[in-house]
Amino acid sequence: MTTATHDIVGRGNRDGAQLFRDWYADLTRAAEEDRGGAYVFVMGSLAELLRTFDLPIVFPEINSLQTAVRHVAAEYLNEAEDYGYSPDICGYVKADVATQLRGGQLPMGRIPKPSIAVYTNACNTYIKWAEIWERMYGIPTFTLDVPGSRAAGAQTWPGNQDFENDRRYVAAQLRELIPLLEQVSGRSFDIDRLRECMGHANVMAEGWKRALELNRSRPATFNALSDGTIFLGVANGLRGTEEGARYFTELVEELEYKSEHGIGTISDEIYRLIFVGVPCYPIFRRFNELFTELGGTFIHSTYLWFASGGSNLGYQYDLADPLESLAEGLLYGVRDAMDSMFFQNHAIENMIDEFAADGVVYHPIKSCRTVSTGLADNRRALMEARDVASLFIESDMMDQRVVSEAQLKNRIDAFFEGLASRRLQSGGN
Amino acid sequence: MRDVVTFPDWRDRPLDEVLYECRELIEDTDFPTVSRWREAGGKVIGHFQVYFPEEIAHAAGALPVKIRGAPIEPTQADSRFGSYLCSIVKTSLELALSGRIEMELFVTHPICDAARNLAGVFGRNFTYPCQILYLPQNANSGHAATYLRGEYDRLTRLVEQVTGATVTEDGLRHSISVFNRNRALIRTLYETKRRRPWLVSMDEAYVLVAAGGLMPREEHNELLQAVLPMLESRGTTPKDRIRVVFEGGFCEQPPLDLIRAIGRSCYVVDDDLLIGLRWILEDIPEDGDPLAALAEAYLERSSYSPVQHDLRKPKEKMLLDRIREADARAAIVTAAKMCEPGLEEQVTYTHALDESGVPYFVSEFEEGMTSFEHLEIQLETFVENLLFD
Repeated sequence: MTTATHDIVGRGNRDGAQLFRDWYADLTRAAEEDRGGAYVFVMGSLAELLRTFDLPIVFPEINSLQTAVRHVAAEYLNEAEDYGYSPDICGYVKADVATQLRGGQLPMGRIPKPSIAVYTNACNTYIKWAEIWERMYGIPTFTLDVPGSRAAGAQTWPGNQDFENDRRYVAAQLRELIPLLEQVSGRSFDIDRLRECMGHANVMAEGWKRALELNRSRPATFNALSDGTIFLGVANGLRGTEEGARYFTELVEELEYKSEHGIGTISDEIYRLIFVGVPCYPIFRRFNELFTELGGTFIHSTYLWFASGGSNLGYQYDLADPLESLAEGLLYGVRDAMDSMFFQNHAIENMIDEFAADGVVYHPIKSCRTVSTGLADNRRALMEARDVASLFIESDMMDQRVVSEAQLKNRIDAFFEGLASRRLQSGGN
Repeated sequence: MRDVVTFPDWRDRPLDEVLYECRELIEDTDFPTVSRWREAGGKVIGHFQVYFPEEIAHAAGALPVKIRGAPIEPTQADSRFGSYLCSIVKTSLELALSGRIEMELFVTHPICDAARNLAGVFGRNFTYPCQILYLPQNANSGHAATYLRGEYDRLTRLVEQVTGATVTEDGLRHSISVFNRNRALIRTLYETKRRRPWLVSMDEAYVLVAAGGLMPREEHNELLQAVLPMLESRGTTPKDRIRVVFEGGFCEQPPLDLIRAIGRSCYVVDDDLLIGLRWILEDIPEDGDPLAALAEAYLERSSYSPVQHDLRKPKEKMLLDRIREADARAAIVTAAKMCEPGLEEQVTYTHALDESGVPYFVSEFEEGMTSFEHLEIQLETFVENLLFD
């Protein structure tokens, strides 16, 4: 291994993990100083705008999934269920309820209490979730309503009267949000600071789009499920910051290097797979190994689209007209995130071709109806349209009670036997 | 509107037989009124729960049909969904896949994460348009009504496209007047429920309202106009029963037998069953811009449900108001199985009821459930505890 290779390969994962630790350290400090946080979600976080008010930004979805990755989610879920929440609702919500009941204490640190919640309608549960904080803390909550596509392939664009109706609505809401943020933070809105944060978000979005494209390489430059989740954490947690922008610039440099030198992920790539759904966080590492041990690499996922809030589009804000551009960017990004959950079958067909995929793994989960409701039908439609191997496995992103590793393994092993058989029949090795 | 009678069965019959025919209609999973409408050449616009501006479909001469699932086996639909989902999304698709309801347009709403997916699922299975009507989810934005007026305009163009009809402002105003009359009649029915619940049981009121989602509103208006005086002169006497409010029927509907069982135990003096048909609380102005009037009414003259977030309408406060206004002594707080918003709201409701000292009974239901004995015994015990308290 050359010095250059040693320095650059794996940097994204190392630096991403460090940035994440730093971020939680900052949140812990904010909690200790009793600074109220802005609670946001990954699909349309508005971090670019919120940072200009110096509000600590808290992503409850990320906090919750971390409890699962660190194998303590069950304690949190039980606590919320004792409080009254049903086993059949979103595990992220319940882990957060327990986090609030514990004064913000998490395995990674402590999060500040909310002083405001700002969220889009990309997931309806966001709205119900915010209502919980509204009642617990009496804080202001703001639903930034972003109308999505009305049907598959029915997106509208600038100049169309329906698009303009949506854009005016989003822009009007942003103008209503700003005075509320001023009131909560005690700071005046600074449009130049917004330009600065949006500039960083531009660099990040460009980098995210490019990083995803670079996985067309064979072997893939990163595993969309494992490495991709680290990148995603930075894309959300550090959106609109200089560190976040630098991270993505360097990540692209790393992935281009790997692409040019034919360096893949840590596993041998035999089969290139697409992941549709949300990861199985209670057995996060093991779930991925069930595929990589048999030569499967996840080269793409819809998760990297919707959980980045549509950053995959690489939308570039017009810094000369920041507020209008922010409205348009939100409309495009959140709409795309929703499209990749509700209307994704044609996009997956394209993904199969662009990324030379051998199979598609659908992973609907108990916790999330937003992502999971349409997946079985999506798979049916894909199977009608394309001759491609697919696997449909259900578990959860939080609740270990509905994750059966043995059953998953049986299904995954059988899937790989099918992949091998297909390859033999097609004359491949 | 098309000159076709879709529900002739009740005419010139005594009250008990009218109610029997309404029950038969609601439980008929072949939807005979919709079939008759189609056989006469009518167009059908299916709209999923909760609220839909039916006046727009009506103004195009189409029949707006409330798609609210059914107690049927989702034999074809089951394979199109995963586990962990409420029944109504599956059976609603089954109604279409099995041909029980045929339509020219299907519209769903962003009421919950499962419902929003229906546009994609229906769209992959049918050639007619299947869309989301994006009712505003920021009801507190000063721009929400303007936005919604634009969204209703988009819907109008779509309805014109699928029906081949032109929707005029005068046509819309006429439709608003028909629906205003309908809402006023339903308000009268609910007023009877609240003030003299011995005159109309929970299941009787339910079938009378539910029938409206399945037939032209002119017909439903005739039905209610005939039935309301019959109820008034019914002559039933009050019984010593607890007055309760039923909450949790805003989307998936409890089976009629369960509604009947609850009605046997107590007087249900108010509820949120099929709240979409009663969403607008006052008459909508019949002059001016009709689409703007519809939009304004949705936001400003409307009821509440767990699937609409409006800072002016905290759900637990609204429930307590409903209990107080109906002079109820207790609440039945239910949720459909796997209904995320309903189950989440249960926690808020029960905490608020605890704080207010209002007794409540918590339960879950599913539209396809057939055994209620256990639930009925629990409910009777709850009621007896209150009666002897």
